[in-house]
Amino acid sequence: MDDHTITIDGAEIPFQQGQTIMDAALAAEVYIPHLCHYPGLTPRGNCRLCSVDMGNKSVAACTTAAVAGQQISSDTPALNAARKSITQMLFIEGNHICPSCEKSGNCKLQAMGYYLGMLDEHFPQFYQRREIDASHADILLDRDRCILCDLCVRASREVDGKDVFAIAGRGMDAHLIVNSSTGKLIDSNMAASDLAANICPVGAILIKQEGYQVPIGQRIYDQNMINEVGLQEKAVKKTKQDDD
Amino acid sequence: MNQRLPINSDSKSEHLLHRLYALQQQCLHISPEAIRQVANEFNLPVSQITAVVAFYAFFYQQPCGRYHILFSNCTSCGYLADGENLLLQFSQHLDVAPGKTRLDGLVSLGETSCIGLCDHGAAMLINGLPIIELDANRIEQIAQLIITETPLTNWPTEWFQVNDIVHKQGLMLSENFTVGSSLKRALASSADDLLAIIEESALCGRGGAGFNTAKKWRICQQASGSAHYVVCNADEGEPGTFKDRLLLRSHVEAMFEGMALCAYIIGAEKGFIYLRGEYRYLLPHLQAVLDQYRQLGLLGNHICGDVAFNFDIEIIVGAGAYICGEESALIESLEGKPGIPRVRPPFPVTHGYLGQPTVVNNVETFIAAAQIVLHGSDWFRSVGTEQSTGSKILSVSGDCQLPGIYEYPFGISVQQVLHDCEAKEVQAVQIGGPAGRLIGKEDFNRRISFEDLSTGGSLLIFGKHRDLLTINRNFAHFFAHESCGFCTPCRVGTKLLKNNLDKIADGRGTQQDVVEIKQLSDLIQRHSHCGLGHTAANHMLDSLQHFPQAIEDLTQQVFAPPFALDEAIKDACRITHRDDAVARLK
Ligand SMILES: Cc1cc2nc3c(=O)[nH]c(=O)nc-3n(C[C@H](O)[C@H](O)[C@H](O)COP(=O)(O)O)c2cc1C
Ligand code: SF4
Ligand code: SF4
Ligand code: FES
Repeated sequence: MDDHTITIDGAEIPFQQGQTIMDAALAAEVYIPHLCHYPGLTPRGNCRLCSVDMGNKSVAACTTAAVAGQQISSDTPALNAARKSITQMLFIEGNHICPSCEKSGNCKLQAMGYYLGMLDEHFPQFYQRREIDASHADILLDRDRCILCDLCVRASREVDGKDVFAIAGRGMDAHLIVNSSTGKLIDSNMAASDLAANICPVGAILIKQEGYQVPIGQRIYDQNMINEVGLQEKAVKKTKQDDD
Repeated sequence: MNQRLPINSDSKSEHLLHRLYALQQQCLHISPEAIRQVANEFNLPVSQITAVVAFYAFFYQQPCGRYHILFSNCTSCGYLADGENLLLQFSQHLDVAPGKTRLDGLVSLGETSCIGLCDHGAAMLINGLPIIELDANRIEQIAQLIITETPLTNWPTEWFQVNDIVHKQGLMLSENFTVGSSLKRALASSADDLLAIIEESALCGRGGAGFNTAKKWRICQQASGSAHYVVCNADEGEPGTFKDRLLLRSHVEAMFEGMALCAYIIGAEKGFIYLRGEYRYLLPHLQAVLDQYRQLGLLGNHICGDVAFNFDIEIIVGAGAYICGEESALIESLEGKPGIPRVRPPFPVTHGYLGQPTVVNNVETFIAAAQIVLHGSDWFRSVGTEQSTGSKILSVSGDCQLPGIYEYPFGISVQQVLHDCEAKEVQAVQIGGPAGRLIGKEDFNRRISFEDLSTGGSLLIFGKHRDLLTINRNFAHFFAHESCGFCTPCRVGTKLLKNNLDKIADGRGTQQDVVEIKQLSDLIQRHSHCGLGHTAANHMLDSLQHFPQAIEDLTQQVFAPPFALDEAIKDACRITHRDDAVARLK
C-alpha cells in the first residue's frame, strides 16, 4: 500500500502530512457530514456529526490525523442513524422555527436534516430560554438557534483578528457570550463584514436589513444537497496562527 | 494570540482560580465588575474570565448566604442516603429554597456531587468545611446555630472531625515512611536506573485508566520541550472515592517524593498538585508538609545537595468540576481556562501544561512509585496478579457495616471485599463509581484488577432494599450536571437520559422508554469526545443487562406524555386563579 493513503468506505484516498481525515476526504471530494468544521479554521470536534468508524472505535474525522493505512467507514447505516440522532439533539436543544426563520433554505442544520432523512425531532423539546442580542446596528444575535458549533468564535479569532465571541457555561448551561464589557454586541468591535458575522451555519447570527432578499425556494439548499455544497467550500485564510 | 495566553504561574503571583476564590470569599459572589477587574489584572479577555466563572460550580454570579451550605448528593454521603430527605428538612427549618439564597442573605442552600465523605455518613460542606454524620437531629442543631449566627469556630468540633477509617492495611499502608527516605535513595541512582526499577515493578496508574507508569515517564522524558512538568491528579471526583483523601491526609510525604523522583527522571523543575475544591480543608496540612520539605532541602533548589536538581511543587485548588479529573481538562484548568478536555492525541505526556511534556498521575500512583524505589520492584510484585502488580486501595461505602479504606492485593474477589466490610443481602455493587460497572450476584466472584474489574478506588454497595432505578437516576443526574457541554452527544444526551429516567420515576414510563434509553446510551458511549461521555451511560447499560426487571416493572404503559400535564399548566392556573376540577387534566 502507498505510504500516504487512507481508505474511506473502500476508496483509497491520498493525504498529506498534517492533514486530518476530514481534510483528506474533502480534498478527494468525499463528503463526511460536518457542522462545526470549516476548511481553514482550526478544527474543534464538538458537533460529532463527522463521527467515523475506525477499528472498533468511533472518532471525529475533523480532529483525527490521517495516518497511512487507516481503514475508515463513514457512509454506513449505523453512522448515518447516529448522525441523524445528533442532528435531532441539536434541534430540540435550541428553539428552531424553520418556517419563519430568515436562514431557512440557507441553514446547514436544516440541510443536514434533509440529507440524513430526518422526518421529525424525535426527542422531546427542551424549550430553553436564551437571550437575544439586538444591540448591534447591523448584526442580530439570536441564541435560540445557536448550536454551539464555535465557528463564529474561531472565525473571529483566527480570520478577523478579533476576539468577539466565546462559549461559557457548563453542560446544558453552555451558551455563546460576547467579549465586551457589557456582554453586548454593540460594545464589541464586530462588523457585518467579519467572517464571524457570516459563518454561522444556522440562523443565530444574522445580518440586519437584508432579510429574504433571496426568496425561499431559490436558496442554497433549495438548489443543492449539503453533501454537494459541502465539497465546494473554499478554505478561509487565517490571519493569526492558533497556538493551541 | 491574546486569549490563549495561559496563566504562567512563574510570572504571576496568583493563579486565576485562586484569585477568583479570594474575591468570592470577600464578596460572596463574583460580580460583573469583579470579572472586569480580574480581566484587567490578568490582562485576559473579559470573556475568558466570564467563561471560567460560569464553568466551575463553586463560583457564583449571584450572592451566596453568609452560611453557604452544599449537601452532597452522592448515593453514599448524600442527603437522601438514609432514606430521609435531609436537604428538605434543612430547607424547611431555615425557610430557604434549594438552589437559592435567603433574602436576608443569612443562608444559601444547594447540592453538590460527592464530596468524598462516604465513610462518614451523610455530609455537607458549610463555607467549604465538611460536616459529617448528618441526621435529622444534627440538621436541626445546625439550623439553630445559623439562626443565632454562631460563628463556625464555636460549633462542636467533632462535627468537623474527618477521620482515617482504615479497616485493612496492605503492602503500602502498612509501611512506615520516613521523610526523605525514598528521595535520598532515588538521588543515589541515575534517572535511567530508577526508571528501570519502576519498569520492572510493572506499576500501572491508580487513577482508573491503568496506563503503565514507567512507559508514561519514559515517553515524557524523551519528548522535547522547553520545560517538563509533573502533575499530581488529586481531583478525586468519582463518586464513592475517598482513598486520596486518606492519602493526602496521612501519606502525603511519599506522594511529594514520588513527584520529585518523577521530576528527577523526566527532567522537570516544576510540579503541580491539582486538589479538588471539595478538599480545600486539607490545604493547610499539605502546605505545612511542603514547607517542611523545603526546609529540609527535599524540595526547592539543589535538592539533597544535588546542584543539578531543582524541583518545587505548587498546589492549585479546583472549584467544583468532575471533568477536571480528566487529565487534559485538568491541564486546561491549570492554565486558567474552563475544564474542557482537549483533543487527544497529542497526549499530555508530549503536549501538556503550556504545550510542554507533562506527566499526570494519580496520588496513589506517585506514592506507589516512591515506595517501589525504597523497597524494590520485587517487593511490589510480591502481591497482585501478573498484569496487575501490587495492591489497590479501595474506598468502600454504601450498604455495609464497615465502610472505609481497604487495601488489597490486586486480584481480590468482590465477594471477599463484601465479606470483610460486612455487607449483607447485597443486591448489586458499583465498581469504579458511576463511570464504572454495575454488577450483580453472579459476578461477585470476579476479581478487582486491570484485566477483570478495573476501579480507580470506588466500590459502592447496594443492599436488597435499594431501588436500582433510583441509583441509575442519581448517576444520570450526576453526569448531566458534570458534562462539560463541549460535545453534542454528551451535552444533550446526558440530559435526555436524565429526563427519561425522571419521567419513569414520575410514573410515566412506557415500553418505548426502555428502547430510547438503550439507544441513547449507545450513542453517548460511542460518539462523545472524552472519557466522561464514553462512560456516562455504563451504569444504565449494565442495569438494563443485569437488572432488567428494575426498569421493566415501571415501564408497562403503552403511552404517556413526555411531560406531566398538570405540572405544565401550573403557572397558567396560578395566574388565572383556577383550581377547579375542570382546570385539572388528571
Ligand atoms: C471524566 C474523568 C474523570 C477523571 N477523574 C480522575 C480523578 O479524579 N483522579 C485521577 O487520578 N484520575 C482521573 N481520571 C483519569 C485521568 O484522566 C488520568 O488518566 C489519570 O490521572 C492518570 O493517572 P494514573 O495513570 O496515575 O492513573 C479521570 C478521567 C476521566 C475521563
Ligand atoms: S452563533 Fe452560530 S456560529 Fe456561533 S456558535 Fe452559535 S451556531 Fe455556531
Ligand atoms: S464527552 Fe461530555 S465531558 Fe467530554 S467533552 Fe463531551 S460534553 Fe464534555
Ligand atoms: S465536524 Fe467534526 S465534530 Fe463537528
